Amino acid sequence: MTILTRLSPFVLALAATPALAEMPKGISHFTLDNGLEAVVIEDHRAPVVVQMVWYKIGSADEQPGKSGIAHYLEHLMFKGTDKLGPGELSKTVTANGGMDNAFTSYDYTAYFQRIASDRLPLVMEMESDRMQNLRIGEDDWQAERQVVLEERSQRTDSDPGAQFSEERSAVQFYNHPYGRPVIGWRQEMEGLTRDDAIAWYDAHYAPNDAVLIIAGDVTAEQAKELAEKYYGPVPSKPDATRKARPQEPEQRADRRIERSDPRVAQPVLVRTTLAPERNAGDQKQAAALSVLAELLAGSPQTSVLARDLVLTGKALYVDAAYDGLTVDPTTFGLSLVPGPGVSNEDAEAALDAALQKFLEDGPDTQQLERVKTQIRASRIYAQDSAHGRAYDYGQGLSIGLGIEDVNDWPDILGAVTADEVRAAAKLVLDNPASVTGWLLPEAGAASADAATTIPAAATTEEVQ
Amino acid sequence: MIRALATFVFVALASLPARAIEIQQITSPGGIKAWLVEDHSIPFTALSLMFKGGASLDAPEKRGAISMMTALLEEGSGEMNSVQYAEAVEGLGAITRFDAGDDALTVNARALTENRDQAADLLRQALTEPRFDPDAVERIRAQIQSVIRSEATDPNAIANKELARQAWGDHPYATSVNGTAESIAAITRDDLLDAKNRILARDRVVVAAAGDIDAAELGKLIDRILGGLPEAGSVPLPEPAKLQLTGGVTVIDWDSPQTVVSFAQPGLPMSDPDYFAAFVADHILGGGGFSSRLMDQIREKRGLTYGVATGLSNGVYGETWMGGMASANQKVAEAIGLIRQEWDRFGEAPVSEKELNDAKTYLTGEYPLRFNGNGQIASILAGMQLIGLPADYVNTRNSKIEAVTAEDVQRVAKRLLHSDQIRFVLVGRPEGIEATN
Repeated sequence: MTILTRLSPFVLALAATPALAEMPKGISHFTLDNGLEAVVIEDHRAPVVVQMVWYKIGSADEQPGKSGIAHYLEHLMFKGTDKLGPGELSKTVTANGGMDNAFTSYDYTAYFQRIASDRLPLVMEMESDRMQNLRIGEDDWQAERQVVLEERSQRTDSDPGAQFSEERSAVQFYNHPYGRPVIGWRQEMEGLTRDDAIAWYDAHYAPNDAVLIIAGDVTAEQAKELAEKYYGPVPSKPDATRKARPQEPEQRADRRIERSDPRVAQPVLVRTTLAPERNAGDQKQAAALSVLAELLAGSPQTSVLARDLVLTGKALYVDAAYDGLTVDPTTFGLSLVPGPGVSNEDAEAALDAALQKFLEDGPDTQQLERVKTQIRASRIYAQDSAHGRAYDYGQGLSIGLGIEDVNDWPDILGAVTADEVRAAAKLVLDNPASVTGWLLPEAGAASADAATTIPAAATTEEVQ
Repeated sequence: MIRALATFVFVALASLPARAIEIQQITSPGGIKAWLVEDHSIPFTALSLMFKGGASLDAPEKRGAISMMTALLEEGSGEMNSVQYAEAVEGLGAITRFDAGDDALTVNARALTENRDQAADLLRQALTEPRFDPDAVERIRAQIQSVIRSEATDPNAIANKELARQAWGDHPYATSVNGTAESIAAITRDDLLDAKNRILARDRVVVAAAGDIDAAELGKLIDRILGGLPEAGSVPLPEPAKLQLTGGVTVIDWDSPQTVVSFAQPGLPMSDPDYFAAFVADHILGGGGFSSRLMDQIREKRGLTYGVATGLSNGVYGETWMGGMASANQKVAEAIGLIRQEWDRFGEAPVSEKELNDAKTYLTGEYPLRFNGNGQIASILAGMQLIGLPADYVNTRNSKIEAVTAEDVQRVAKRLLHSDQIRFVLVGRPEGIEATN
């Protein structure tokens, strides 16, 4: 019963200043003897701190037939330990004026608390406790399985766009587990058990498979001392680290899918191509792809596709999406809503023509310069949020980047050349092996009904 | 043991010396008032402007005009068309967001210290000399029509719209700030100019800034941005809205495995002596996330939903006590039964000492965490001015929460929380629950 007792003030070990490599201002980094890697992001403007623990394990590491177990375990991590009752961790955080939550992705599972900085020892004690002492009660695991099924109903099954996204991923990734939804397929979620969850926890939750981020009103020395005190005693597990996953074979054919749903208001095109991810010591191609996405659709007025498609009325919206923070190859995506009176075929042909033109002309020098200016500015604005920077480092380290890769990323982005953008464009745009999906309304369907039966009324103001 | 320690935590928090933020109240040389929090550690300034009245200043037959006008502010002004304007803003690395809501037209801007004056000139141009070029007007009109179509197939939007329609009679709160397909189709350039004159005026605006700027610099900056606006808006501010909600159940058929539920009942204004008691009550009932009674009963104990939440919804012109949830069609009746049960049970007995203390430590402890960064601070300070709070509210607010007793909470619950006053709007195919009138 000592879980809440260690609220004594920080004891500063004056001799124990961590050795710091060349780091950006306010960033420090260390690794405990048990393998826990930690990053401290100092921001003393407000008495607030964020603790995040990222486990380098996610849904793409699941065995076939057990989809959803990574996310289900994330929910069960709130069900208590030897010292904490079910739900008590969150209630304790809340009663101390903080908030907490967790999230699961293909490549990682993360837990965080945001709280007054003098409460940091409390949340570190509780988080380190559930790194090794999880207990899941008989009633809790069954009710929580219903909760994740309701979550699937809410996020996916009630949203034709989210359902279609599952279809597109399954078609894009024939062999790699990125083709399975993070939340799991319903029929497999229904069969998940406490034993499955505990096996997953026992195999993968260990300090040598985790990244600790402390961001906010804390010094590097304080953070290191607290990390050693609370996480230092947690034993490592030699086999906890992620195994290689099945990789995609070469895609040789264009793949096309189409779905109609009465809940869809207007046609949407989404096209994806496999694309390289950010890798340790090797981020230039990913940087060029990031700049490419910005050039193509980053601005609703000045980007390539906005000028060629939106300003001309051929499309209502365009978007380009690339996120290189993944373990294995990811996708470069384009999406579009046709303009009023423009057929789907004509809109897609106009997209193809615009991309072809960009492949021939390459980036406009002035536009590239403006994008660089925005990258430089966003680096300054990013310092306004320690919480946001905690995500950058947590996500980067949990997909296998080193601290210097995350540190260097803004410089690498800023150094992207026009030739590198051309090469990136050729890689992902001049590639017949893509997946093109059209999500369509049903002819004469619900949107018209809804427009007549549902009187237009205000979205009620936000809950306070 | 744990309970005793939790009490210790509470006492410790109450005695913490607050690291208060220092709000400077300034008046520009041109006579415009602003609040400022100076912090020179990062070389940029966050500026938040809120123009009172928001989309609720729409002319009766022109619903959506203010929202459409707002979207067009960054689509060309002065000598620049939309592309030229965007190029100029992007070339400075500045960020400006325009948004029209029920209570305010909000401009949130960020600019680097090195080119702050140039960014200010562009913002002045957008606010005072918008062009409403025909091609930009048609493009934005088509995009708004697309948003209106999307909302008509979104069960959450459908539920919220129906609830607002029943709640607010002929006040603008009853209809969407986006307007309807018909009203948007009919809006002319003159309507857009009229919409601008209704709201973009110096007597409508509140100003807050945070970051790398001092009081003298801010005074000049806001005169530069706002000095060219008309002195007064062309119409009076909106009247208060009168709540017309009746208790009952509305069902809107929607083909989905889950039913989306929005619900509301009468709330209370911030000026009500029991407002903070209701604020604490709401946290314990449904506002407190995983700690709330509704979450415990409906999610944690029974797995009937992924999430249920309530909140006091206080707009400038009207208020409700509202909530939302989604639950499987077969289970939503049971979940609604539990909401009603917890609603009515709330006033029958005082909340426990632990519930009260935990609610207070959360609500008072969470408050300073919000003032985290220049962008957040500017936005909060503008919002406070919009709803008429004094600057020292940031120092007095927590003591008002501390003063709430279990008797206060029970009194306000008895007065306000009655499940037969709740209107539930259900969008889905719910089983075992019938629509009433």
